[in-house]
Amino acid sequence: MTQLIPAVNSNDHIYGNLNAALELVEYGDYQCPYCGRAYPIIKNILRKSGADLKFIFRNFPLSKIHPLALPAAIATEAAALQDKFWEMHDIIFEKQQTLEAESFFLFAETTGLDPERFKSDIQRKDLAEKVQHDFESGLRSGVNRTPSFFINGKKYDSDWEEDELLEYLKDQLAEISIS
Amino acid sequence: MLTTGITAPDFELYSSPYQKIRLNELQGKKVILAFYPADWSPVCGDQMNLYNEMEKYFARHNAQLLGISVDSRWSHSAFSQHHNFHFPLLADFEPKGAVAKLYEAYNEESGECRRALYVMDEKGTIQWSYLSPAGINPGADGILNALEQLDNLK
Repeated sequence: MTQLIPAVNSNDHIYGNLNAALELVEYGDYQCPYCGRAYPIIKNILRKSGADLKFIFRNFPLSKIHPLALPAAIATEAAALQDKFWEMHDIIFEKQQTLEAESFFLFAETTGLDPERFKSDIQRKDLAEKVQHDFESGLRSGVNRTPSFFINGKKYDSDWEEDELLEYLKDQLAEISIS
Repeated sequence: MLTTGITAPDFELYSSPYQKIRLNELQGKKVILAFYPADWSPVCGDQMNLYNEMEKYFARHNAQLLGISVDSRWSHSAFSQHHNFHFPLLADFEPKGAVAKLYEAYNEESGECRRALYVMDEKGTIQWSYLSPAGINPGADGILNALEQLDNLK
């Protein structure tokens, strides 16, 4: 089974309880329709799992087919500099159907970012490098489509509809509690 | 699948409506040969889209990627344009699957290529291979590790 490389670390954006027993990592592309479909599913799963689950999003933009995937990823990293990563992440997926190059500036205002700082931050080379780094880690980890999920470090290749994924997480939690 | 350590069998196939590629002409570069079942099927699209993003990683290792299936050069041309591919797709079309058979990567039952990967070194020697179940996109980690190992041996 393919292993997550590197393991979740301080460079990652982590949502939820840092000490949760369950760790769900998504490699995603903001313009990928399947990732768009996974977005509300993950939201529900996070809500239902409470303190048992933390969620990590890593960028895997397929730029050749999704021209806005990379700008979107950089926009989230720029938002992260103002502690609004998840706000930007959410709004991009919520508006995925109508995404255009100008959208990110609008989102910056909607999410309450300092717009001037956002405008200058999206030019930062280190943000593009961070996204690139995520992509490379995905290649290493055996990401073969978007979204690709890893649960507690192992690639999850089964169905990610809400019921199936929730069921799997529950089983994992039960196993952890026994051992 | 052919074993590693042997010279990759040479072949010549259409890589676009009017151009052919001969494998031996690529000596001096590493070659990644990616056999896949069919243009337009969902998994293949994923796999080729993924490889399409990896141009610079392959270039870093002086490697050329070739996709190959039994589809015609015209299907390849449309498929490639549709996905904006930056690497050639070879048409193993006539006689059908001849190269796939040569590389033991042909599925007689479906009449398609199996999902097989080969990595050749600069001299055209097969250095790595992998056969993936038909419905599963093998990703890129195996190819990257193989390319890296070859460079580390130098």
